[in-house]
Amino acid sequence: MVQFNNVKMVYSSSETEALNGVSFRIDDGEFVFLVGPSGSGKTTIMKLITGEITATSGRIIVNDFDMRKIKRRKIPQMRRTLGVIFQDFRLIDNMNVYDNVAFAMRVVGASNRAIRKRVPYVLELVGLDGRERRLPNELSGGEQQRVAIARALVNNPRMIVADEPTGNLDPVRSLELMLLFEKINSMGTTILVVTHEKELVNAFAKRVISIDNGEVISDGMDGYFGNET
Amino acid sequence: MRLNRYGYLIREGFRSIFTHGFMSFASVTIIMACLIIMGSVSLLSLNIDGLIKDLEDQNEVVAFVEEDITDEATAEAIGAEVRKVENVQSAEFVSRSEAMGKFMSNYDSELMEGIDETVFRHRFVIHLTDISQMAQTKARLEAVDGIDEAKAHTQYAKAFVSIRNVVTVVSLVLIVILVFVSIFIMTNTIKLATFSRREEIGIMKMVGATNSFIRMPFVVEGLVLGMLGGGLAYLAEWGIYDGLTVRIVNSMSASYLNIIPFRSVAIYVLIIYLGLGIMVGVFGGVNAIRNYLKV
Repeated sequence: MVQFNNVKMVYSSSETEALNGVSFRIDDGEFVFLVGPSGSGKTTIMKLITGEITATSGRIIVNDFDMRKIKRRKIPQMRRTLGVIFQDFRLIDNMNVYDNVAFAMRVVGASNRAIRKRVPYVLELVGLDGRERRLPNELSGGEQQRVAIARALVNNPRMIVADEPTGNLDPVRSLELMLLFEKINSMGTTILVVTHEKELVNAFAKRVISIDNGEVISDGMDGYFGNET
Repeated sequence: MRLNRYGYLIREGFRSIFTHGFMSFASVTIIMACLIIMGSVSLLSLNIDGLIKDLEDQNEVVAFVEEDITDEATAEAIGAEVRKVENVQSAEFVSRSEAMGKFMSNYDSELMEGIDETVFRHRFVIHLTDISQMAQTKARLEAVDGIDEAKAHTQYAKAFVSIRNVVTVVSLVLIVILVFVSIFIMTNTIKLATFSRREEIGIMKMVGATNSFIRMPFVVEGLVLGMLGGGLAYLAEWGIYDGLTVRIVNSMSASYLNIIPFRSVAIYVLIIYLGLGIMVGVFGGVNAIRNYLKV
């Protein structure tokens, strides 16, 4: 569950007001698109959810962690309840597919036995079985993004947060990826996809939170930017 | 942290040395080069210090026994009091006949014909512990019963003390500067080596890795690279030092130099090189990734 209550964010370095009183709530098990043009504040919301930055004012709750009060040493614990996916995949180049995914389990102290059991299962779930020994640069963009999804999924997070996950993919691969997210969502994981791809958002009848100039301008099932559709 | 997690992190540290092979090579080379330069200057200053000490030891004080004490045994007995004087390291008794023999051997004996030993006085040839105290010791010797006067080249002693002080200060300043410059260069090389891994660290942070989990492989890597750099620098220093000293001792003009053998300082060099190498490797690595951990 993610809850934003009147969140304001001003970057002290540039005095830029990135968010101006943003409020929304995403419940467990939901599939939500967060949309908006470049510079609207989407990335700031992502960073606030992952704990990379702290809000100037307002209240943020992420999976029962109060982000304004959270201690620095508790942030890794909070992040383990999330699976984060980026536009540029962010895989470790010198690790093969299996190790890139297993690595996320090692971080949380999983045993070798648990890793051997869980990683093949997740790789199969994202359609990468048989590619375990490949290095990231030996895979297509779509496959690399699937490795990132497998890594995000492997610790069974409560929520997956994807920042422009289809930004580097062609329309067919983007659609496949969204179907994969739908499948994961149907298994109980909350999904938040940050994107600015109108066609993709409108192809799925999901809740859409639209943001512009640091403010939520629509929130519902009406597609990309509500009245624009 | 569980045992298999430690095993994984240690393996990761070793793996990282090979996967970032060029940067590992650069770090080891820089650690090695800095330690060799620093160590060579230290060994050189140690040798110069030893050399000055040798020269100081050759600077002696001669205390003459009073003229009316002619009996050799009585004169020699004064030695007990002479040796009690503060700052006297050794006092060798030289009888008037021995003194004459030495004198004659230095000059044309024909010219000295007719001179008998009564012209010479019994004396003590004295070496001091600290030659900077030569003037005071000379005065104390002259106060001993039975000693008439003491002759000492206090101006030479002063010169030696000045030279030694200058050499000590210059080499200390040089070594301190070199230590700081070396640590600066070494930590910056390690910083550069870890710069390419900031993304990897960012990914670790995003999947929920704790700072200690991220740091551990860097500690292992720094420890291994530091030990390797220190160990190789030690072997290279040994080779360079031994090679150079053999050449110096073999050359005619410097054959009288008393050079410190490497074996007598080897254990200290090894401890210092390994210690500095490990310190720079571990702290350099951990310090270098500090900024990337703030995400």
